[in-house]
Amino acid sequence: MLHSLGNYEFDLYIAMLALFLGWELVKRVSPLLHTPLMSLSNAISAIAVVGAIVLTGEAGASRLTRILGFIALVTATINVVAGYLITDRMLKMFRKREPGSSSSSSSGEHH
Amino acid sequence: MDAVLPFIYILASVGFVLAMKWMNHPSTARRGVIIGEIGMLLAVIGTMLRMEVVEYQWIFIALAIGSAIGVPLAYLMPMTSVPQLIAISHAFGALASALIGTAEYYKITPTPSGFVMGALSAETLLGFLTTTASVIAFGKLQEILPTRPITYKGQNVVSFIVLGGAVVLGVLMTAGMADPWMYPTFAVASLLFGILLVTPIGGADMPTVIALLNSSAGVSACAMGFVLDNRLLIIAGALNGTAGLLLSIIMCKAMNRSFTNVLFGAFGQVQVSTGGAAAQRPVRSATPEEAAAILDASSTVIIIPGYGMAVAQAQYKIREMYDLLTRHGVNVKFAIHPVAGRMPGHMNVLLAEADIPYDKLFEMEEINGEFPNADVALVVGANDVVNPLARSDKDSPIAGMPILDADRARTVMVIKRGMSPGFAGIDNELYYMDKTLMLFGDAKGFVSSIVKELGSSH
Repeated sequence: MLHSLGNYEFDLYIAMLALFLGWELVKRVSPLLHTPLMSLSNAISAIAVVGAIVLTGEAGASRLTRILGFIALVTATINVVAGYLITDRMLKMFRKREPGSSSSSSSGEHH
Repeated sequence: MDAVLPFIYILASVGFVLAMKWMNHPSTARRGVIIGEIGMLLAVIGTMLRMEVVEYQWIFIALAIGSAIGVPLAYLMPMTSVPQLIAISHAFGALASALIGTAEYYKITPTPSGFVMGALSAETLLGFLTTTASVIAFGKLQEILPTRPITYKGQNVVSFIVLGGAVVLGVLMTAGMADPWMYPTFAVASLLFGILLVTPIGGADMPTVIALLNSSAGVSACAMGFVLDNRLLIIAGALNGTAGLLLSIIMCKAMNRSFTNVLFGAFGQVQVSTGGAAAQRPVRSATPEEAAAILDASSTVIIIPGYGMAVAQAQYKIREMYDLLTRHGVNVKFAIHPVAGRMPGHMNVLLAEADIPYDKLFEMEEINGEFPNADVALVVGANDVVNPLARSDKDSPIAGMPILDADRARTVMVIKRGMSPGFAGIDNELYYMDKTLMLFGDAKGFVSSIVKELGSSH
């Protein structure tokens, strides 16, 4: 891939803006949801799958690249799948409910 | 296809940003997860359609294996194991990041540009250290490893030498050196530092550690974005990096301690000095019957859960007690300290699992003003976060730590197995106050007895 200095500068601007945006967004998250926030943001950062897919499927990749890419793709997929599913499982449990009302439809029961 | 790709990536980024935005309230949070999932799906499909991707068989096998491990991991782990699950999930993500960096290194050597090599060093250093650090954190949370800090003489010196070595190698590689031994040594030093970093940190400091590891995994992904010149990675990584950092800052503030103190202070070693004499001081105790009668006669009760509640699995019994008291006209609220438990927000998840409505869960600043008007503050498995010494004793290890003002309630009840000190290793003045009743026993058992009393009294 071709890199020019202009690209880096552009990338740095994007990183700077994304950091500020992330800060402002996360500041507003209710402390109630700190755990789901952590698992969701973790699932999002498993966007490393993108890099792993390219390495695994690239034309003319060396054996080393292919093997490393394959392992990375497996672990990143675990991170994505487990991250999103556990976040959703937790969020299903957060409900506003008048005391004494009907029983729950939670999937987060005892295991 | 390659002309459409940037737009698919932009849509994916929008999905991630909205996902984080909608996490701000429980009513929109699930929508956030769905949009985040759509973003991820777009990113994966978009990448598979890229021109340079030609071999699909290994991609699909890897996706299948990853899902086959990830799905049961998310659904079969009990809710009480969420801290472990998140720790191991960090390890997987960070390992992916480190391995991709490694593959990239061997692809672009010996002629990487300095900028790319610098980003690559940051990516792999953070990726490798987060992997091992998360595995150790997992081991401690799962109690495979001892949860008390493991320390030895000169430990911080050793840690710094290892980290320093990795950083120096990273800088040399960035400067253009590419001896064959350098990268492997750099990787091993990074892995080793992860182990050295977390081994001396105690269980109750895990909320900060997990949040920090969350952040470093994100920063690693962000650095990877610079290596691959991929803006989607930069944005997603930066969002996660700030989320983790902000959470860990909140955790540190909630303990009035610095990062350095949490990471290198080996906090929570048993303090010998406070052992013998303190145990002799008199306390008042009460039976479940007495406790139930007091609770039933109250108009406001504030329950303060801590890690002990999670260990005893008492949250379901507490829900029953909450239901009965509410039915008897008692106003029951929950006071949640930011660092209660083993990860940020741990208590909220456990109480929500037990089906306690989230509008009854209050954070420290919201509820502290209400303690003077509360008839009972009921402490279940919390200790240091209600210790008034944090306010009065300047020399105590928890000096200046913001606490829940349980001692200002009219009556204080503490469910506890015995008089052992909490994580900070110091005595809790709360237990010796005149208005404090110690309820000795297992949290789950004791609350069940209270529930039985409350149930039969009407």
